[in-house]
Amino acid sequence: MAGAETAAAGAIAAAGALDRVMRSDRGRLLSVLAAGLRDLALAEDVLHEAALSALTHWGRSGLPSSPQGWLLQVARRKAIDRLRRAGRDQAGAVALAQLTSEADQHDPEVIPDERLRLIFACCHPALEPKSRVALTLRTVCGLTTPQVARAFLDAEPTMGQRLSRAKAKIARAGIPFAVPDPAEWPARLDTVLTSIYLIFTTGYVAGPGEARDLCHEAEYLGRLIDRLRPGDPEIEGALAMMLLTGARRAARIGEDGAGLPPAEQDRALWDAARLDEGRAILARAMARHAPGPFQIKAAIADCQMADPGPDWPQIAALYGALWRHEPTPVVRLNGAVALAEAGDPARGLAMVEALADSLSGYQPWQAARAALLAMTGQAEAAAAAYRRAIAAAPGPAEALFLRKRLAALAGPGPAA
Amino acid sequence: MQYMLLIYNDPAREPAFGTPEFERMMGGYFAANEQMKAEGVLVSGEGLQGVETATSLRIRADRVETMDGPFAETREHLGGYYVIDVPDLDAALRYAALIPSARFGTIEVRPLMDYNPAG
Repeated sequence: MAGAETAAAGAIAAAGALDRVMRSDRGRLLSVLAAGLRDLALAEDVLHEAALSALTHWGRSGLPSSPQGWLLQVARRKAIDRLRRAGRDQAGAVALAQLTSEADQHDPEVIPDERLRLIFACCHPALEPKSRVALTLRTVCGLTTPQVARAFLDAEPTMGQRLSRAKAKIARAGIPFAVPDPAEWPARLDTVLTSIYLIFTTGYVAGPGEARDLCHEAEYLGRLIDRLRPGDPEIEGALAMMLLTGARRAARIGEDGAGLPPAEQDRALWDAARLDEGRAILARAMARHAPGPFQIKAAIADCQMADPGPDWPQIAALYGALWRHEPTPVVRLNGAVALAEAGDPARGLAMVEALADSLSGYQPWQAARAALLAMTGQAEAAAAAYRRAIAAAPGPAEALFLRKRLAALAGPGPAA
Repeated sequence: MQYMLLIYNDPAREPAFGTPEFERMMGGYFAANEQMKAEGVLVSGEGLQGVETATSLRIRADRVETMDGPFAETREHLGGYYVIDVPDLDAALRYAALIPSARFGTIEVRPLMDYNPAG
């Protein structure tokens, strides 16, 4: 009786310990295995098998001194078995040789952190942008496939297929688990940071209702990369941008449910700690005198939260600087709005109208054009533009914000 | 790993024979060949004659059908290839970027099948 109870208690303790280890260290263990095996799917499989063994062994013989080291050793042995069983190909033989030497190294306490290599493999430009994001969330952040599917509003089997296709491409196309060479670093880092920022904006738009808040995952990734590769101004810029934007998340929708631009937000709702941290990191980045798009975007986010209101002339200048890195119509649109807010609505409107060819089907263009028509006193044209922007609004908060603007057009007006 | 670098060209955008641009392209190919050889990665590589010389064949219902022209009627045609042996995709992409046609055409990078089990 007592023996059975002890065994049950052991099993429960083992399950609890395993759950904690996998939650905190799965990405790190996976990165070490994947870097050695050069095969993410195989790394996931053997780590899963090692976790199943852990349940039995830890329950019976108690926790090993380093549960992470134990899992890694067992996973490596399982990988060796698998590669030996399969009539392995050349790549498998290379992995096997490396694994055998790694498995023989006895120091389970020292586990290298290969997550930077894992992140660069997951965000490789040879993968589709959406797959980069999904794979990073699955492997580095440890989201489950259903959680990743929900983040994209995808069906679970569809997301499962996307993830396995991406893992197969990494293995079969020979995408390396490697930090890129200095010559390739800027472009490859930009791909990584863009993927992380896409995770952030997906979470920002969805709101914090989900079990795994994507804004927090993106911030976690930003901090992780910053720790693994300290002193890179663009990494700092991306992290600062997420902290600064994230700081006003609670204020972005008013009590009536309408979206609010930073200028109209209740500053008391801004997260002061995030704001301070974001500003400090941005200042550190800028002091390195190597400007880049993420630092500029962070500076724009910072200027939008200036005291007592947004610093529009500075924001307009920053969009001009951003244009040199990213000559896209959207950057130009945002620059035009900043210019109008800074006091030159006629020139801003002319810039917006000139973008009609590339952006007229883009809802933010319609909303910006409406606002600038209103600013230049063209109430009727503004009303028509607002109606189009409302019809195409991506969500209720945005639609309500625009409806209030439309109502304000007719509202006070010139006193008759 | 071995990769094939497939060179797709749009003849309309390629420099014309006898122009300085053409000379520059040929110089670029020579330099790429030499670098691949010197670094010991080149397995093979050939250029193909123009697409107007292509003949396509398929067997349907046991009958050989022969057609004039390339497999696909596109603006960019397969114009040549390299096979290189390098550690990973990033290395393959670095060599692909040395190919002058990357500037006006497209280089497709594909790993070769590995039929050679080492075990």
